[in-house]
Amino acid sequence: MQTKTHINLDPAFRWLTLASGLAVLLLVGSILYTLVMGAMPALKHFGFGFLTSQEWNPAFMEFGALSSVYGTLISTAIGMLIAVPLSLVIALFLVEIAPPAVRRIVGGAIELLAAIPSIIFGMWGLFVFAPFMADYIQPWLASIAPGFPLFQGPPMGIGMLSAGIILALMVLPFITSVTRDVFQMVPAVVKESAYGMGSTTWEVTRKVTIPYGIQGVVGACFLGLGRAIGETMAVTFVIGNRHEISASLFAAGNSIASTLANEFTEASDDLYLAALIELGLVLFGVTLILQWAARWWLRRTARKMGAVR
Amino acid sequence: MIQTATAEYQDQRLKRPFALHATKIEPLAQETQIKIATRGLNFYYDDQQALFDNNLEIAANQVTAIIGPSGCGKSTHLRTYNRIFELYRGQRVSGEVLLDGQNVLDSSCDVLELRRKVGMIFQKPTPFPMSVFDNIAYGLKQHYHINRSELRDRVEKALQQAALWDDVKDKLNQPGTALSGGQQQRLCIARAIAVEPEILLMDEPTSAIDPVATARIEELVDTLKEHYTIVIVTHNMQQAARISDYTAFFYKGEIIEFGATDKIFTNPDNTKTQDYITGRFG
Repeated sequence: MQTKTHINLDPAFRWLTLASGLAVLLLVGSILYTLVMGAMPALKHFGFGFLTSQEWNPAFMEFGALSSVYGTLISTAIGMLIAVPLSLVIALFLVEIAPPAVRRIVGGAIELLAAIPSIIFGMWGLFVFAPFMADYIQPWLASIAPGFPLFQGPPMGIGMLSAGIILALMVLPFITSVTRDVFQMVPAVVKESAYGMGSTTWEVTRKVTIPYGIQGVVGACFLGLGRAIGETMAVTFVIGNRHEISASLFAAGNSIASTLANEFTEASDDLYLAALIELGLVLFGVTLILQWAARWWLRRTARKMGAVR
Repeated sequence: MIQTATAEYQDQRLKRPFALHATKIEPLAQETQIKIATRGLNFYYDDQQALFDNNLEIAANQVTAIIGPSGCGKSTHLRTYNRIFELYRGQRVSGEVLLDGQNVLDSSCDVLELRRKVGMIFQKPTPFPMSVFDNIAYGLKQHYHINRSELRDRVEKALQQAALWDDVKDKLNQPGTALSGGQQQRLCIARAIAVEPEILLMDEPTSAIDPVATARIEELVDTLKEHYTIVIVTHNMQQAARISDYTAFFYKGEIIEFGATDKIFTNPDNTKTQDYITGRFG
């Protein structure tokens, strides 16, 4: 019998994986570089004032990011405030309570929801959801909390609140399906021993299942947050596109992404274009800061509860 | 030889009721205090019957070992005592599990209180994702109105009872998962005894840990029986012989023989018990 000549491809494969890993760094680096370079005229012209001014007037070449940043943060916050608890509850229902048939059907529906393109959400938001908000939800909110500053002004349907709710609907399937998978990975025997201590489902969920999967849950939330914060089409349709900060959630506003979508084609002037690119840079920065904050928080909880393997 | 023996058993399984072949299960001696008694206990996984007419008496403040080959229903039997099987769809039981004369399978039984009284230790250590202290405090906070200093005392007492205090007294704020396997298992025992149960169910508690840690747990079981009634499922026959006072031999969902451990391991009545303890099958 003749021996086989071995060809060891491991070194080649090692290089391939290394190159792929480095490609990611290169990509992020070059995006950052392009943003900084493109934004340079605006960075030089406005300096730090770009972040603190809410003046946005292309006619006079005055640009400030404040209203866009504010709109991005507020609409995302509304979206997350609604989506995170709802997703957790849905995921727990699917894992802990739902009978197998319901689990399959609801689980499938949620994945279907994730597959709907954002433009559809935008159109549905503008033509169906916004009138519904204007006719029912906003008057109702205004009536239960008269004089409450968040619910002031005419019920137009479109505005910050509607954008936030649309965002919630859009990120909900992502957070739900990831948290569901996380909860499913909690070992049955750990849950059993919690039940074996005489705990109710609620206690097992709150003190064992959620803490056990907390890293995955937070990861899922940040996946959702990442989508919400940069979401463009759906938000552009319903947020109202007004460069102004208003205390009321009924009022029209804008977000970084919606401003870029609306005005990129109109940016005839170099400074105008640079200002828009700088907005993009700000969005990049905001996302980065949130990611860091999440990692820091995760490390802290992991130290307290024990790294869950 | 071995093969014919196995074939014979399978043959017998087909010819139910197998109980014809089982030794008559002798009740415990009159003066023994009975903590748990099962009467006509049958168990089903969907349509598959896993336990057949189990009648067993567990003596108070004694260690009862349940032995038998894999898949014979040892754990299934144990899991009816605290009704933990109810977490799963399609698992059903019929018959009675009498704890101090009360049928725990009755729907009027408070299952949360039942599980306080009947603690359970599993094959793998299951520390909760929280600190050592909180692991022990978990059940205490669940079942008792308790203030901080009392909580601290109870946690210390439980850890001492589980022979873990000296190992962890400086690590109370560290996560429970940071302990070694054997320590984690003793942590789980401490967590179970913290709520002052009456019975401890142990489902192969040492099968996932090393021999030294196993020896410590066996010692612990011996000291714990002073306060608790212990039922231990084990694959390890030496372990059963070492630590138990009574032994029940299960085979294919039936209790073949039950009696004092000394008798079961030296002079069993049933040939199947004899075959199993001498390692002829299993």
